[in-house]
Amino acid sequence: MGEVDEEPVIRAAGLRKQFGDLMAVDGIEFEVRPGEAFGFLGPNGAGKTSTMRMIGCVSTPSGGELGIFGLDPRRNGRSIRARMGVVPQLDQLDQELTVLDNLIIYARYFDIGRAESRRRAAELLSFVQLEEKAGSKVDPLSGGQKRRVSIARSLISDPELLILDEPTTGLDPQARHVLWDRLYQLKEQGRTLVLTTHYMDEAEQLCDRLVVMDGGRIVAEGSPAGLIATHATREVLELRFGHGRNAERLAEVAPYGDRVEALPDRLLVYADDGEAVLTALREAEINPESALVRRSSLEDVFLRLTGRTLVD
Amino acid sequence: MSTPPALRIAYREVVLYRTIWRENVIGAFVQPFLYLLGVGIGVGSLIEGRSQADEILGGASYFAFYATALLATTAMFNAGQEALWSTMEGFKWSNVYKAMMAAPLEPRDLATAFVFRFGGRTLVTAVGVATVLALFEETRSWGLIGGVGAAVLCGLAFALPISAWTASRETTNGFPAVMRFVFMPMFLFGGAFYPVSQLPRPLEIVAWFTPLWHAIELSRGLVLGGVDPWRLLAHVAVLALFAGGGWLLCVRVFARELRT
Repeated sequence: MGEVDEEPVIRAAGLRKQFGDLMAVDGIEFEVRPGEAFGFLGPNGAGKTSTMRMIGCVSTPSGGELGIFGLDPRRNGRSIRARMGVVPQLDQLDQELTVLDNLIIYARYFDIGRAESRRRAAELLSFVQLEEKAGSKVDPLSGGQKRRVSIARSLISDPELLILDEPTTGLDPQARHVLWDRLYQLKEQGRTLVLTTHYMDEAEQLCDRLVVMDGGRIVAEGSPAGLIATHATREVLELRFGHGRNAERLAEVAPYGDRVEALPDRLLVYADDGEAVLTALREAEINPESALVRRSSLEDVFLRLTGRTLVD
Repeated sequence: MSTPPALRIAYREVVLYRTIWRENVIGAFVQPFLYLLGVGIGVGSLIEGRSQADEILGGASYFAFYATALLATTAMFNAGQEALWSTMEGFKWSNVYKAMMAAPLEPRDLATAFVFRFGGRTLVTAVGVATVLALFEETRSWGLIGGVGAAVLCGLAFALPISAWTASRETTNGFPAVMRFVFMPMFLFGGAFYPVSQLPRPLEIVAWFTPLWHAIELSRGLVLGGVDPWRLLAHVAVLALFAGGGWLLCVRVFARELRT
């Protein structure tokens, strides 16, 4: 942890955001260090987007402290945003313009000169592998391509900090992998990434550290592996006894695992050795319709912490 | 030297305008031309020569009377329509204004960019109308240059308040009502076709409070001459009030829409 001495890129304490009676973000505390990939994991409505909007200086905190680059977003919004790139949840591209013009115009917003804008736009289109689409309008592009244009656009100002709100939501698996690869490269370049997601695999692949959010609060914090080690066992045995019959088998199965969780469609048995548990169950003539051993994931952590699954 | 934020936003409008300027310019010539032929010459031939008409029109021919109003009415229609549809597009459909706010720009910069944007667009159409008017001897005057300025001010007096209103809407449901209850009544009763003194007194008083009447009186006065300069200045002041008030409203509404 050599980077602990460094000034954090983002520091929040007691941060709150209230909309009328709704407390969207309810006193959260976290720090994002330079060069790290930091994630907010949680279901819809957990307060992730509200937090991102406050970090993006487009939403004013209702209370608490928030510092970005050591600056106060209430007073220094402009200078903070000048050093930050934002990939919004829904693409906000200029549909009537070409891909290239989208990038160049966005560069103008940052007061980047015309020649420099062109140079950077060309470079970034190559980075997101869309050189051949430079002259195409945005509208006919696929969802994954549009998202890549959004990422290229967010990088036009060469930001130190990149914030991404659900970067791969709505994309097909292939497009997600292309995107993850690009984001991984950005991380390797030393940029600080902050992202929200409700996908476990995304958080595990990309994030050095993450916080789990639920109902506007942070319920856990750590590295993906650390969170799994703390809040779940190494493996999970998934048992299916048929629809509606899972809960009634809970008591029978419970003694065999460290912990058993009943979901409508299956039982989750937490154990360090899933196969061993399965063998023991079979010996005791407990025979589920199907059984699957897998490694624990952040999904299990979330279930443990909140009693709910992430994607309903 | 850094470029003022509002101009950085206006650059986007320039790029967008490059893709549609042809239609815009052709429209700026064709539309007033059709109106001139239809109303100016058609109705004009019916009226002219009648001593009462000459008196009411203050000595101008009906053609000249009507043609000079076109500077203002064209500005109202073009800038007003643009303020409805493209504002809705930017705020609610493509969300490009939200995207802008992630850059070092503020809602206030966007409001100021709208001044350049609508000012620029109206300038193009107003030059088109003025060019058409310059083709006819009755309306050929250096005053047309001032008339173009009046048209630009008229465009802003409509576009800015309407943009603020549109930005606060979620859908285009109210747009036909703006057409029916704002543009059309002003067009018909705002002194374009006849002096508002011909209206029943209460309606005439209503007309005094509309920006279109001031814009028509201003452009007519500038092109045809013979109007007290103080009166013209008063018209400018009223239009500036509408435009300035509209800008302030834009600043408020844009901030509410784009920052939470």
